[in-house]
Amino acid sequence: MGVWEAILITVVTAATPLLIAAMGELVVERAGVLNLGIEGMMAVGAACGFAAAILSGSTILGILAAIAAGLVLSGLFALLVLGLATNQVASGLALTILGLGLSGLIGAGFVGTQREAIPPVYIPGLTDLPGGHVLFGENPFVYFSLALAFATLWFLGRSRAGLTLRSIGENHASAHALGLPVLKVRLAAILFGGACAGLAGAYLSLVYTPFWSPGMTAGRGWIALALVVFASWRPLRLLFGAYLFGGATVLQLHAQAASLGIPSQALSAFPYVATIVALVVMSVGRRSATAPGSLGAPFVPDR
Amino acid sequence: MRLELVPRGDVSPVARVLSPVAAVAAAILIGGIIVAIMGRSPLQALQVYFVEPLTQGWALQELAIKATPLLIIAVGLSFCFRASLWNIGAEGQFIIGALTGSMVPLALHGSGAGPWVLAAGLVAGALGGLLYALIPALLRVAFGVSEILTSLMLVYVAELTLDYLVRGPWRDPKGFNFPQTVTFDWTLPYIAEGDRLHAGILIAPLVALAAWFVMRRTLFGFGIRVAGESPKAARFAGFSADRMVIAAFCISGACAGLAGIVEVFGQIHQLKPGISPGYGFTAITVAFLGRLHPAGMVFGALVVALTVIGGENAQIVMQLPLDLTRVFQGVLLMCVLAADALVSYRVRVVGGGR
Repeated sequence: MGVWEAILITVVTAATPLLIAAMGELVVERAGVLNLGIEGMMAVGAACGFAAAILSGSTILGILAAIAAGLVLSGLFALLVLGLATNQVASGLALTILGLGLSGLIGAGFVGTQREAIPPVYIPGLTDLPGGHVLFGENPFVYFSLALAFATLWFLGRSRAGLTLRSIGENHASAHALGLPVLKVRLAAILFGGACAGLAGAYLSLVYTPFWSPGMTAGRGWIALALVVFASWRPLRLLFGAYLFGGATVLQLHAQAASLGIPSQALSAFPYVATIVALVVMSVGRRSATAPGSLGAPFVPDR
Repeated sequence: MRLELVPRGDVSPVARVLSPVAAVAAAILIGGIIVAIMGRSPLQALQVYFVEPLTQGWALQELAIKATPLLIIAVGLSFCFRASLWNIGAEGQFIIGALTGSMVPLALHGSGAGPWVLAAGLVAGALGGLLYALIPALLRVAFGVSEILTSLMLVYVAELTLDYLVRGPWRDPKGFNFPQTVTFDWTLPYIAEGDRLHAGILIAPLVALAAWFVMRRTLFGFGIRVAGESPKAARFAGFSADRMVIAAFCISGACAGLAGIVEVFGQIHQLKPGISPGYGFTAITVAFLGRLHPAGMVFGALVVALTVIGGENAQIVMQLPLDLTRVFQGVLLMCVLAADALVSYRVRVVGGGR
């Protein structure tokens, strides 16, 4: 395996949790709901996934526990913003505060515990091809994240249910008047986003590091939110953006290792500054609104 | 099954005042259940969290000390939140305020300069926070970039900047390589025995009072409130939306920066990593708990400060983790939002349908 191959693999590894979490949030936002709780749900997913995997000895159970945790937390969020029409920004922030605290409580007993990372899938013949490790030697999460991206692309762009979801996100009052089930679709979207965030958390604690430490999400949930905006709410652009961002992260890690005389803090700040710059660059090009029309607005159906 | 929300016509002012109180009660109940799930006594936790700190003199002083930064930041945030602007980067503005404010005593260290250093430092701190908050505001006005994400990203940048400075150029050469600056020549005077209660706590009520005046008695405050409740009406009335964004962010940034430098001058007396235990985020809960009203936020700051002290107390007495306090603060914010909804809407549970 050559150096470039190794670097490309680390890019994919860094991009995958962003891709999974952001793809979930993209669907939520296309349905017109802004969930700022990704960071919290990811953290709880990481803690629950790791705890369950250690306690049961089963990676599958760990992943399922992380998804379940994401579902429960996003269900709580849905109860607030759909059931009680609360402010979505504040509710999402509450979810993040709650989630970061909960992850600490759940993970407290597992700090310092090590676990084998999920091994990459080896496909005889294909993995051994030149460059094959990048395409065919990844762990199952990577294949899943790609499948998720294309499934979302198909769902939003080609399926009837996707059309319904988008129209609800564009204008919930009109969608309601047409008899579309606004709250039901939004509930489904929020739960989907929660499951994705939980899964992305499991990836961090079961594959990426692989251990649990407090604050291990390190703002990835927020970066996932920024990626959705960066991608103009489109799945393919999101796929591209996630890998671009994964690349930037890896570049920064290599720069730190190479000790170029730049303070390590400046390099660590790079992903966050890059996010801001990316958001600015994206919005300079488009003055017309590309965000879903009803994004962030609470909806109370009249009878 | 689903919830049906029926708007209540008139909401009594009493209900508006009581809803945060009910939210605190509900949050305590949920917190008790979580403590019980952890296999500990909820009643003992209640005692340790909320009763003991209120019955001891030292703890009352601590309450004022912890409530001070929370109140100053929350008052600033209320200007943004009222105008439906989401500055969630107060933590970063707090840190930058602490940095820029500290430049004054650091530059004059050992020069024998008088106590005006403190005044200059406080102004520099507020100014630093203001300028840092101006970044997301300008990006929003000029390019339409969401202020939520940019203000939050800048928190990480601020933390790393502080880390770099105290480990690098600003490190105390005689500090045994600890990541910290020299101890400042001048610090805020103590106003009570025990050398804990510093004069900075007097600033918080003044800030709240000034905010009340601006919000209720000036055209600018009126503009902010209109902009939040009906952007269209604000436009027709001739309030410039862009100017509102800039002004609201400047006020909240200046407040957060001031809180940062007050914390450093009053309590820490030097710069080091981790000068804020997340005050900038906790203040968001304070702002909503106080229903974005200055008097309400005084109540909110005291309640949330109580959970901070109670949390430290519970860690010592009951070995309960500090994360429990964060969980409680998250639950509290959710309860506040839910209570607000219950005040505005009658909720009915309906079977079936959509």
